[in-house]
Amino acid sequence: MNMSAALPLAALASSLLPGMVIFMLPEARSRTRTALNLASALTKLVLVVVMLFGVHAGHAYGFRHEVLPGVELAFEMDALALLFVTLSSGLWLLTTLYAIGYLEQSPHRNRFFGFFSLCVTATIGISMAANLFTFFVFYELLTLATYPLVAHRGTPQARRGAAIYLGYTLVGGALVLTGIIWLRSIAGPVEFTAGGALAAAGAEHQTGLRIAFALLVAGVGVKAALVPLHGWLPRAMVAPAPVSALLHAVAVVKAGAFGIVRIVFEVFGIEHAQALGVLGPLAVIAATTVIWGSLRALTQDELKRRLAFSTVSQVSYIALGVAIVGPQATIGGLVHLVHQGIMKITLFFCAGNYAETLGVHRVSEMNGIARRMPLTSVAFTLGALGMIGAPWTAGAVSKQWLTAGAEAAAMGWVTWVLTASSLLNAAYFLPIVYRAWCRRAPAAWPHEHIARQRWRETRWLLLLPPLVTAAATLGAGVLADAPMSPLTWVQLIAAREYGGAGP
Amino acid sequence: MSSGLFYAILGCALFALGLAATLLLREALRRVLAFNVMGSGGFLVFVGLAQRDGVVDPVPQAMVLTGIVVAVAATALALALLRRLEQTDAHEP
Amino acid sequence: MLIAWLIVLPLGWATLAWIAGPRRGAALAFGGVLVQTLLALALAREVAAHGPVAHAVGGWGAPLGIDLRADGLSALLIVLTQVVTLPLVLYTHAWLDAQDRDGAILWPLLGLLLAALHALFLSTDLFNLYVTLELLGLAAVALVASGGERAQLAAALRYLLASLVASGCYLLGVAIVYGVHGTVSLAALSAVLPAQPGTPTLLAGALMLIGLMIKTALFPFHAWLPAAHGSAAAPVSALLSALVVKASFYVILRLRLTVYTSWAEQLDWLPALLGGGAIVYGSWQALRAERLKMLIAYSTVAQLGYLFLLFPLLAVGEVALLAGALQILAHALAKAAMFAAAGIALLATGRDSVAGLASLAGALPLTWFAFGLAGMSLMGLPPSGGFLAKWLLIDAAIMREQWLMIVLVVASGLLAAAYVFRILSRAFRDAEHERAVALRRVPRSMEWVAFALAAASVLVGIEAGAIAELLGAGGVR
Repeated sequence: MNMSAALPLAALASSLLPGMVIFMLPEARSRTRTALNLASALTKLVLVVVMLFGVHAGHAYGFRHEVLPGVELAFEMDALALLFVTLSSGLWLLTTLYAIGYLEQSPHRNRFFGFFSLCVTATIGISMAANLFTFFVFYELLTLATYPLVAHRGTPQARRGAAIYLGYTLVGGALVLTGIIWLRSIAGPVEFTAGGALAAAGAEHQTGLRIAFALLVAGVGVKAALVPLHGWLPRAMVAPAPVSALLHAVAVVKAGAFGIVRIVFEVFGIEHAQALGVLGPLAVIAATTVIWGSLRALTQDELKRRLAFSTVSQVSYIALGVAIVGPQATIGGLVHLVHQGIMKITLFFCAGNYAETLGVHRVSEMNGIARRMPLTSVAFTLGALGMIGAPWTAGAVSKQWLTAGAEAAAMGWVTWVLTASSLLNAAYFLPIVYRAWCRRAPAAWPHEHIARQRWRETRWLLLLPPLVTAAATLGAGVLADAPMSPLTWVQLIAAREYGGAGP
Repeated sequence: MSSGLFYAILGCALFALGLAATLLLREALRRVLAFNVMGSGGFLVFVGLAQRDGVVDPVPQAMVLTGIVVAVAATALALALLRRLEQTDAHEP
Repeated sequence: MLIAWLIVLPLGWATLAWIAGPRRGAALAFGGVLVQTLLALALAREVAAHGPVAHAVGGWGAPLGIDLRADGLSALLIVLTQVVTLPLVLYTHAWLDAQDRDGAILWPLLGLLLAALHALFLSTDLFNLYVTLELLGLAAVALVASGGERAQLAAALRYLLASLVASGCYLLGVAIVYGVHGTVSLAALSAVLPAQPGTPTLLAGALMLIGLMIKTALFPFHAWLPAAHGSAAAPVSALLSALVVKASFYVILRLRLTVYTSWAEQLDWLPALLGGGAIVYGSWQALRAERLKMLIAYSTVAQLGYLFLLFPLLAVGEVALLAGALQILAHALAKAAMFAAAGIALLATGRDSVAGLASLAGALPLTWFAFGLAGMSLMGLPPSGGFLAKWLLIDAAIMREQWLMIVLVVASGLLAAAYVFRILSRAFRDAEHERAVALRRVPRSMEWVAFALAAASVLVGIEAGAIAELLGAGGVR
């Protein structure tokens, strides 16, 4: 096997194999487990960086294997895959550090980290998938790997939340499967191709293609939390903070959004999709989700639930960007894939810090918390500002491109939706920031688990990740035009999709 | 109607009776007996239809012999199970 | 010659095991099955390379003698039999040891069961199929009763009566066929049977089909199965669910493919309809079951229904047959794994309840994984063998535009997920809700067997290409 096939497989194996070993480890061997976790996260990141430079230099990385006649398991590291893989690997390293800090002394850590590793393996598999079959295989694996993570705490609420999650995602998977096979019956096996594999499909299959599109998007839309399929997301908040961070920023929700991107751009092709008339409904659903998520977030007092509904709203920016025809909107949507990941994970890390250090779970308990935990609160504020779309943050960049794209496509109503969403975001984030910095702290925190030690307001493993991602939020905004920034990268991808017609 | 066909129809009747009895009777021993009647009915059909142009066909007779052996073995197993069941019930009223 | 050994060998070591006693019985069984595995693989290779292999017993051909024939499907199923039985022999040995049980009768009965299975897969005429079906049924009933408990004896008796009624119907069908056509050989019948057979042949077909459906526990003839599989000893349940019920399905398939071909296409919807009913009913009962082994037994009822969905799709050709073969393989391995895992749970906790599984996951993670992997295959989730079978089935259904079937297939996966996760979710209970149950020590080898079988049901998909080749070269159609 040559290098071009070995590297993608190695990227998968770098979390799969350590994960399996971790399952076998006795619970007490925490050092070995930590070492394995970190080693695998670092190895994966290194492999990804190697492939990054390789692709930049013109190499191709891929692997194919025939499972059945006419059915192939295929991986390919194209630019879009690399984008998602880099995001996942980088964020996974940070989440691993955070999880190690968060779950100190918790029971069942070998089970947790084992499934944690499987979850990332599945995400990498999804990003590298070169056809719908491979995508589906890893999509279902993701469901299986994340269920135990959601149920981890073992309380009745956790198990209920996990059962609901499972129900939604398995049904979503069934829809995807039906869609894939339907598509196969019309157009044969579908590979992900830049410009759309079905772009040249004849006019006689119009209705069939529309049905296939609906099935596929509905199926991945469950994970992407499109309204009305988003019901599982707030309930899945019973999971520990590292899991919420992973689910929202890296794995599940992003995988759903990534699926929508692949389906619209590389299965149907943007122009063909527009000709079929399916993009309009998608835009409407995405816009509804944007507004609905923000509205629900306003009324949540529990911090993680507010963040959950915020995710519901924000991920649909990606779907919205995809649904609007035009390179700028595409760039806006795709770059938001990265930016929202970075910003949301910051917010969840911070929420986890507040809960773990001080027992604070609700917004109403957060008065004056910035004095006690300044670094975390700075990170939180940066993340929140990014969500609102304040200048110099990553969120501003995405919003700018989305708005420009909406204007270019003469969809003015989308601009209104985006503006309204920004206002709503401000409405539910700014009060938190205000409370944190400007109100007076209560006499005692609900449950102070971790005492303050000079500048270290909590364990450093819990502090480091949110600070890194908050810095990245700022960096992605300020340095957006730098050569290897997410924005530049996404512009490259869009250029390929539109056949060189980039701005 | 040839004698063969007559016996075959008789066999079908026996089969039907045996089947009904096996399904509808309550006591296990009677059901085993009914099964034997059913089996005999089947064998009768076999042998009854076994005449080709007035010449007796040996193949189905061989098959029926095998079938009888199988039926005996099955009956033996059923009776052994019945006995065991009775004994177990007697020990734990 | 190879074929004959496959029948003689198990009979041989069964007799030796009966004479030699339980100690050496296990060793004989293991040695015997090991040799059989090698023979089976050799047979499969032979069939894949040169087409079907035939052998006349004692040199006397049909109609007076017995012809044996191994084509692609038979060879595949014989290999499956060994792959399932070999680990189960190890499992049973450890299981008997752990319970200080005798097991004197188990090994000879196992040998008889295997001999019957092999002879069934290799038969080429209707009457030989009857004899082997009977032998299989008797051996299976005796195995169910071998535990000696009252529930097992009662279930065994019920199983026996159902089996005998079924065989009786089948035999009558054979008798009528012989009376009308003068032969019981499958090959001769497929040549002789006209496109529109007369009423007697149709009646005979119906009788045979009913008999075989009872034996395969197709809804609504399934009543004997939950009690028998649910109360038998774990290794016995594994063998029954994995192999014995598949044997009668094989006979139905064989009859459909060789004898009742053309006109039967109009009636294919009937087994499919009953199969759909089986899926819904079996899954629903599995969701309600309180005992673990009952849950798994009802799951078998549901999964067998799944197999019957195949019939309307047979017209498509090889894809449908490959789907059926993969489904049989994946289900056999997965079900064997599940019952093996259930046996471990029973041994460890002393109870057979679904609710009692909570404490198991931490202490016996390998068993849990076995449940999980086997469940994956039952649900048809990738990358398992069950998933590939489902994929091919849906593919074939689209080719025949059987939309309702697609809905059924997808729904069956979701229903299976519901009852599988009933078991699996028990692992996630926090310390407050977990009731500490004293767990008995379970031999590691048992856990590894369960895990190996489950892994095999997932990995069987990897060999899908070779299986397709075997079926094609073996000239099943």
